[in-house]
Amino acid sequence: MSETKAKGVPLLELRDVSKTFLKDGAEFKVLEKVNLEIDEGEFVCILGPTGCGKSVTLQIVAGLIEQSSGSVILDGREEHGPGPHKGMVFQEYALLPWRSVRENVELGLELKGVSRKERHRIAGEQLEIVGLKGAENSMVHEISGGMRQRAAIARALANSPRILLMDEPFEALDALTKEEMQIQILKAWEKTKTTIFFVTHDVDEAIFLSDKICVMDINPGRVKKILENRLPRPRHELVCRTDREFGEMRDQIIQLYSSLKDEELDLVF
Amino acid sequence: MALIADRLYYVLGVIVFLAVWQAASVFKLFGSEFSESFSPVAAMLALIEMIKNGELVHHALPSLRRVLISLSFAVVVALPVGVLVGYFKRIEQMTYVVFQFMRMISPLAWMPIAIIIFGVGDVSVVFLLWLVAIWPLILNTSHGAGRVSPLWVNMSRTMGARDAGILRKVIIPAAVPDMLTGLRLAVGVSWIILVPAEMLGVPDGLGYFILDTRDRFRYDQLMATIMVIGMIGYLLDSVNRWLIHKFSWKI
Repeated sequence: MSETKAKGVPLLELRDVSKTFLKDGAEFKVLEKVNLEIDEGEFVCILGPTGCGKSVTLQIVAGLIEQSSGSVILDGREEHGPGPHKGMVFQEYALLPWRSVRENVELGLELKGVSRKERHRIAGEQLEIVGLKGAENSMVHEISGGMRQRAAIARALANSPRILLMDEPFEALDALTKEEMQIQILKAWEKTKTTIFFVTHDVDEAIFLSDKICVMDINPGRVKKILENRLPRPRHELVCRTDREFGEMRDQIIQLYSSLKDEELDLVF
Repeated sequence: MALIADRLYYVLGVIVFLAVWQAASVFKLFGSEFSESFSPVAAMLALIEMIKNGELVHHALPSLRRVLISLSFAVVVALPVGVLVGYFKRIEQMTYVVFQFMRMISPLAWMPIAIIIFGVGDVSVVFLLWLVAIWPLILNTSHGAGRVSPLWVNMSRTMGARDAGILRKVIIPAAVPDMLTGLRLAVGVSWIILVPAEMLGVPDGLGYFILDTRDRFRYDQLMATIMVIGMIGYLLDSVNRWLIHKFSWKI
């Protein structure tokens, strides 16, 4: 694990990744030459307004969409298609409603052919990490949105992925639950040391969570700037949102966007 | 209390139905000669008689056996076909016209062909019932398999699932409620087709017995048999409703 890091080779590398969609017969450039490196154990946020292609970038990494050109390299190998080594957490949870919480978490292990006993053990472990102990046997419709997303995170972690991809995972949650989940994911990240690649359009969320923020621009979607985030950790105390450094970082990001043309500025935040 | 009132209304409906039936017989709506033996009271007495002398079991069991055998064959064929049709767009396109065309043909229209192929007897009846049961099963299953959220499919792919895994872990379980709806419709339509199908030369069964009672002018037994057909159909449907309630997932 630390071997790749010692050599200075990133865990995940995007090289000139571009994506063009066909829309009404015309080509539409969603992503233009995205370059990004993520080191082992890093928490990287990709931040940008609607339409900047941040979700498309994540889905290309996940292997759910194929890039038009460029390459995605994980662990030194070029990636094609999805797989359990790239855990994905969707905004809409994507839990299977006919399965209990535990059975949902065990899905990837079932597909891998892991024995029932072992599945049970791993699922229990992961559910404890995300704070869902005691809800193992609940059905999906019986639990809250926050709990559903915890279950979805546990499901992705149960495969021991090399990287955890999160696509605006907390957007469907209310503000208070969202903050609670941000703290929860930091705790899970510290415990599991899993590399996380996290999509958001929420500036504060990106600053609160990340080691590195990839700020995206629109028309066409591209990387505007990659910012190192040196706010001290652990950041579980919400207090740090009011810190001077936090504010400075926010200003820096907002300024990046205010330098765009007004008509391009269709920011959600 | 509300619950008891609710139940009373269900019972009341049945009582009104029986009263109308009785009135129809009193006012000789079934013809001047035999109206008496068409009454619910006469039917009840005949039913008790049929239970006692074993005639009911003698005819109901073969009917149930035929329906259950044909349904089993229908399920075995229709569920896999339905899943494939629902999941693979090309198969859906290839089968759409043929299936929609076939399902509109009354299975009784196939009767001469069934008899040429299978001869008069059980096999022909089971074949006709099978032919009527497969369409609701195929169409509902494919509907269920086809409308599975792409989000679930994508999720399972990121979990390492390929076609077989997607079918096994997502598509098939997701389609279970639709399969059960298809089964309910298949049971209903099989039970309805059973009666005419059993008029095609089998020596027992409720359909056969309808003709037999008519030939013997035993209209009380005829009405009793009609009641039995309705009651068994109602029970079969109740079992299906219970299955749907039990095995349908909630969002």
